[in-house]
Amino acid sequence: MLTFILKRLGLAVLVAFTVSFISFSLLFLAGDPAAALAGETASGEDIETLRRLYGFDRPMLVQYGDWLFSALRGDFGESYYFRLPVASLIAERLSVTMILGACGISFALLTAVPLGVAAAIRPNSIIDRVALFLSVAGQAMPSFWFGLILIVVFAIKLGWLPPSGASSAQHFIMPTIVLGYYAMPAIMRLTRAGMLDVLSSDYIRTARAKGAPEGRILFRHALRNAIIPVVSLAAVQMGFMLGGSIVVESIFALHGAGYLAWESIARNDLPTVQALILVFSMFYIVFTFLADVLNAWLDPRMRSS
Amino acid sequence: MEKPLLSVRNLTIDIPVGGGTLHAVRGIDFDLNRGETLCIVGESGSGKSLTSLAVMGLLSKTIRRTADRMDFDGTDLTRATPRTMRALRGARMAMIFQEPMTSLNPAYTIGDQLTEALLLHKPVGREAARARAIELLEKVGITAAESRLSQYPHQLSGGLRQRVMIAMALMCEPELIIADEPTTALDVTIQAQILRLLYDLGREMNMAMILITHDLGVVARVADKVAVMYAGELVETGPAAEVFNMPSHPYTRGLLRCIPLPGKTERGSKLGTIPGIVPSLVGDVQGCAFRTRCSYAEAACHGDIPRQGSGGHAFRCIHEDGNRHFEEAIA
Ligand SMILES: Nc1ncnc2c1ncn2[C@@H]1O[C@H](COP(=O)(O)OP(=O)(O)OP(=O)(O)O)[C@@H](O)[C@H]1O
Ligand code: SF4
Ligand SMILES: [Mg+2]
Repeated sequence: MLTFILKRLGLAVLVAFTVSFISFSLLFLAGDPAAALAGETASGEDIETLRRLYGFDRPMLVQYGDWLFSALRGDFGESYYFRLPVASLIAERLSVTMILGACGISFALLTAVPLGVAAAIRPNSIIDRVALFLSVAGQAMPSFWFGLILIVVFAIKLGWLPPSGASSAQHFIMPTIVLGYYAMPAIMRLTRAGMLDVLSSDYIRTARAKGAPEGRILFRHALRNAIIPVVSLAAVQMGFMLGGSIVVESIFALHGAGYLAWESIARNDLPTVQALILVFSMFYIVFTFLADVLNAWLDPRMRSS
Repeated sequence: MEKPLLSVRNLTIDIPVGGGTLHAVRGIDFDLNRGETLCIVGESGSGKSLTSLAVMGLLSKTIRRTADRMDFDGTDLTRATPRTMRALRGARMAMIFQEPMTSLNPAYTIGDQLTEALLLHKPVGREAARARAIELLEKVGITAAESRLSQYPHQLSGGLRQRVMIAMALMCEPELIIADEPTTALDVTIQAQILRLLYDLGREMNMAMILITHDLGVVARVADKVAVMYAGELVETGPAAEVFNMPSHPYTRGLLRCIPLPGKTERGSKLGTIPGIVPSLVGDVQGCAFRTRCSYAEAACHGDIPRQGSGGHAFRCIHEDGNRHFEEAIA
């Protein structure tokens, strides 16, 4: 198990470096950074001055090393737009995004897994149909539309919840539901399919032949095996929620990191975009790593691979 | 006479399928005394597994099981609640399945799975359960038993897994053990070894055993009673020696054609093959199901088939005293 963790950790670090290099290169792919920085009205001379000032005239690898070294110390440079350190800018926005992401994935898992299990225990029952309906509806309904409906009903008509902002826990209720409901259908269907598959397996019959009670069979014998693919999916979705909840953040005016990324792209604020891409990728890498470790704990066969 | 441990009368299993109802098992009767070994033989699809799963109460919910009687040591299994069945399963009746590769849970150690039934059914502690698990692993011929407890199924070969399954079934010293083709998935060289082991342990613990096997050599050596199944019916049943010496049903005779007598039978001999096709069991099943392949079929074989025989030896055929009749025909 320890060798497995170390191996995966090494792999994660390797991927992290690759990703950091790619996100650094974006700066150059996006065009001449000095020109972008100087703005459209700047003269050629001004651009050259900026180029030297910011060190864009040095070889790319040197610049990468420099940037990486700073980034490792938490220094991502200064935002072209806000003229503030990118690190503090992101840190401020990230807390909102992380709360939202954690709530969103928890909501998704807490609804999808029990529903998926219940649907698998009694296929074609009422509960299975309800689960199917909820998952189809969840996939057919665009997040912005669902968000707006919630705002109209619960904020405007009923006045129960605040429509926008992030100043209290109540502000997070509707965004959590919208974000969580977006991730729920896939998790639910994977749980249901996994449970159906496992419940018809020979080792479940063996457990029954031992006289194990139904609850023990469902949760100890079946769910542990059925949940393995769900863990990987949830990790990807968690990463997605932290980076891609732009729509939800916009509807509810939660000024999180996703929203910041969107703004910064529109403003050509490259250091911020770069840093955000790096941070989002790191989330993916960390969650994938954690999912691998969790799966290895759940499934001993994975430890040896 | 001793009261049988397991007594089954008119066991019927219906499976709803696309085009109607599959009458997979029709009106099976048998008795099994303590310490006795009953071998069920019959070709693939004849309902052997369904019959044993029905006794264990392990048929899936969509399958309908009825019986006039199914008594296990005074407990009426046809009316037993799920709770009663759970208390019996694993503790007093255990089953070994055909598929050792997939019958162990990949997520738990051998030790966890071995001790599970004992911890569920008996008031023993973890340490005692572990000790019992080690003792049984050694009994089934597994070396370095203690270190195996922390291993996972994927680390063991098929043969080892089946030994683990046997040890697992024996943990609570059940009175009845059902082994459904416990060796078909294994290498031929270890099949006989494992069956021998199972049989010896069964004798040692005075367990009644239902052994489903295709290996007539094994049947000849271990069976006290034989039950021959064909297309969901028990076509012939009786003490092993009588069935082997005087097979009375044409199907039994077909099976035994190349395997004359107990003791003389070669190890690993397969069931004799009989040309023809098995009729569909979906919808109404009338008359003798074997008539499509029987060389002695007559018009009467389409009607009700009488149950014949004396003592414990019974068969279903319109021909009386089938033995002599066919003896001449074959000679
Ligand atoms: N769940 C099920 N749904 C539909 N048909 C089934 C089901 N289980 C068994 N059957 C059918 O019932 C018949 C008897 O099956 P069973 O498994 O008892 O045969 P068997 O005698 O054990 O055969 P084998 O020697 O191949 O193990 C077969 O025709 C099989 O296709
Ligand atoms: S009843 Fe008829 S068909 Fe069936 S075994 Fe006897 S002779 Fe053959
Ligand atoms: Mg079978």
